[in-house]
Amino acid sequence: MRVLQIIEPAHRATIEEQDDTVLWFTRAIRGAGAAADVLLAGTAVCYAVRGQSCPALRVGDWEQKHPPAIEHELGRLIESGARVSALVEDLDERGIDRRALIKGLVITTRKDLPGLLGRYDRVWKW
Amino acid sequence: MTTPSLTVLMMDAPYEQSRTTTAFRLLDAALRNGFAVHVFAYEGAVSLPSPRQRPHANALHGRTVEEEAHPTPHAWVSALMRLAEELKLPFEWVNCGLCVDERGADEAVAGVRRGSPADFWKMAGESTNTLVIATR
Repeated sequence: MRVLQIIEPAHRATIEEQDDTVLWFTRAIRGAGAAADVLLAGTAVCYAVRGQSCPALRVGDWEQKHPPAIEHELGRLIESGARVSALVEDLDERGIDRRALIKGLVITTRKDLPGLLGRYDRVWKW
Repeated sequence: MTTPSLTVLMMDAPYEQSRTTTAFRLLDAALRNGFAVHVFAYEGAVSLPSPRQRPHANALHGRTVEEEAHPTPHAWVSALMRLAEELKLPFEWVNCGLCVDERGADEAVAGVRRGSPADFWKMAGESTNTLVIATR
């Protein structure tokens, strides 16, 4: 069964979870045998920008050891064979230059969405 | 000169929104800038000081429970209390009692007390300013 995970809200609890929970979930189900791909839409297209870093959270004397590394998580997904795409209209709306994107990312348009969705048995919008 | 004070109302449950860590950053900054801080936790935020939160290992990250050092918001509440003590500034955390009852979130780290919207009203009235960080 082929699954497309559409991720729209970005940076939701990523610091507390030390990752994006939907990307994490996608990697977990792929590990369990799912043929799951990812489409980044809305604010989540920002995840595909190369060279991002997140400073560790510090509260009082508590310091975070592992802030989220979303670019690394996406890279691992792509390396594992997942097709990771992003909507060009949402990239353009945010002024994100194509040259700033991570390697292996597929750019897709809203016009191409019906064809893309048709290639999957299940489409889950997060 | 009297100590400036800030009341912050929080609503989001832990592990749901980026607002939570933003709020904790603000609380930390307020104390470090000499403010007395009063927190009123409403709705899901009453679970923030729950000592039942437990760090876990993360196989996908390739880290053991110790290496992962997964954040637990209750540790942040306690860290803020220690910081306030060190800086000799008032800090209080009040959990909305009815919200606690609804959620069965009775347990909280030391220093957290049960209260009601009347406590929030009193805190806001006595503070230099009040910030409401609502759920969306």
